[in-house]
Amino acid sequence: MATATETTRHKRIGPAHTAKDIAVITKRNLLRNIRLPQLLIFATVQPVMFLLLFTYVFGGAIGGAIPPIAQGEYINWLLPGLLIQVAAFGAGQTALGLTEDLSKGVIDRFRSLPMARSAVLAGRTVSDLIRNGFVIGLMVVMGFLMGFRYQTNFVAFLGGLLVAMVFSFSLSWVMATIGLAVKNPEAAQSAVFFPVFPLVFASSVFVPTQTMPDWLRGFAENQPITVTVNALRGLMLGQESLADFQPGMSGTQLAQAVAEAPSVAGQVLMSLFWSVAIIVIFVPLAIRVYRKTVS
Amino acid sequence: MNSPIVRVANVVKTFGDTVRALDDVSLEFEPGIVYGLLGPNGAGKTTLIRVLTTLLRADSGYAEVAGVDVRNDPVAARTHIGLAGQFAAVDDYLTGRENVEMVGRLYNLSAAESRRRADDLLQRIHLDDAADRTVRTYSGGMRRRLDLAASLVGRPQVLFLDEPTTGIDPQSRLDLWELIRELIAAGTTVLLTTQYLDEADQLANRIAVIDRGKLIAEGTGDELKARLGGSVIELHVADDDRGRALEALAAVSSEATFEASHASIRLPAADGSQTLLAVVRRLDETGIAAQDIALHKPTLDDVFLTLTGRGAAEAEAERASPRKAKRGRRQEGSAA
Repeated sequence: MATATETTRHKRIGPAHTAKDIAVITKRNLLRNIRLPQLLIFATVQPVMFLLLFTYVFGGAIGGAIPPIAQGEYINWLLPGLLIQVAAFGAGQTALGLTEDLSKGVIDRFRSLPMARSAVLAGRTVSDLIRNGFVIGLMVVMGFLMGFRYQTNFVAFLGGLLVAMVFSFSLSWVMATIGLAVKNPEAAQSAVFFPVFPLVFASSVFVPTQTMPDWLRGFAENQPITVTVNALRGLMLGQESLADFQPGMSGTQLAQAVAEAPSVAGQVLMSLFWSVAIIVIFVPLAIRVYRKTVS
Repeated sequence: MNSPIVRVANVVKTFGDTVRALDDVSLEFEPGIVYGLLGPNGAGKTTLIRVLTTLLRADSGYAEVAGVDVRNDPVAARTHIGLAGQFAAVDDYLTGRENVEMVGRLYNLSAAESRRRADDLLQRIHLDDAADRTVRTYSGGMRRRLDLAASLVGRPQVLFLDEPTTGIDPQSRLDLWELIRELIAAGTTVLLTTQYLDEADQLANRIAVIDRGKLIAEGTGDELKARLGGSVIELHVADDDRGRALEALAAVSSEATFEASHASIRLPAADGSQTLLAVVRRLDETGIAAQDIALHKPTLDDVFLTLTGRGAAEAEAERASPRKAKRGRRQEGSAA
């Protein structure tokens, strides 16, 4: 007795079911990091190397060019920047993980199961968020061992870490889209560096943007990585870190620069706005590319 | 009579403009049997499996599994099926048990039920000793078995096995056959694709032969073999002797022909080794020395030679260059 209503009432997957599927896929992806510790070690070694090299090789030379709030210690300036670099490069793992699953037929298995389709992508970005959180935590510990001290308070410092995590999560969706579009793991490896490298270096991650030529400065100061790094510095070092600092400034000049600097709250909101905008655009885009790629 | 558990009607799937991967395919079968889909690489076997398992949408036609229209209601269809693909889709960095449990969870079973079924299945596929090792330590055969267990954890009404033994060693192949036979005995309905006639013959109750996206023959293994005349005798003679040899062998079988693709003379061995003796005697009487002579059971290649007039390898090669395949299809448009 097939009636018209019966044929149109399709089986749907509810939110609780979807959340359970995301949790199952997230666990699966995280287990891989535990079973293959090299993955995590390599993901950690590179940023720690950056931290060591930049602090001890360039730190002395750059130290004078950064605002006094850093107490002349380059690592105080560098660590918030490097955390965002970790977030950006770590997000690239999302593309690699997805392309690997695609090439091994695992995605076909998932697609033949009565599970939420979005769980494959969401499980990947969530597990990468947790993984990046781990690496960020390790960087912070390393930073403290090397002399990093936040100049504000603990809550603001934690707020900074949270902003970094949100940003990392949004970038994972960009990388998911790129990975699904190129499909092949080797191609994904270079495809993710293409947008990330210029964004990370043409930013305030390593040096203040004030010394850059005007054409580059305009880009560098408004792109999401700089905005997010500034938000972190504001939360960890204070308002003064956002000032347009020039070496040799007098006390009154500095005080005026600080007064004219963008507010910490403004930078934090701007960073969160970027993250949300990226998520709003790239989540549906990634899902669309996923649907296209796998059928 | 049982109503069909899988029903495919006039399904068409094209890739690009030239390749008709499925060209008006229709088939159906009842629950509790193993249905074998036999054909060379590129014949359309995997495409049909992908349509039935909701991985691919057909351009037109109707496909139904366990009473559910796979196009209209794919989520419901997925609750009734299990799929073990051409590559073992198991996770290297999970243990065997974790792999099966994960798939159970994704079939929406509770954690406890997933664990129970995983334990049971791992025992049935004889992997209980290796269950807590990561899969990257498994051999190819073990991975296939695990993949099979994962496809069964949802207790599917129809199990799709896409070339389950391609690329594994002969011993693992026999083990896997044994395992599939046990499943069948437990009442699971299976749709199996294969390139090997002996595999289809061993496992399937009914066999469909697919070529260039079309079903070109269907029946039980015995029916197909009857059409093929059972075993085949194949012999090579010097080119100069060919004409005389064919004349002489006409007395043994009216179906002795020269097969250019193999540069050999073939004839059905209706009486097996008796026919072989008769052939050898005839050749001896006419003074022709055969370079070699063999009696063999029909292979996919023989099925293809008989049904399409060209070998399976040729069919594959044509498929690899679509333009040629298209031309070939027009010429043999009536073959189906």
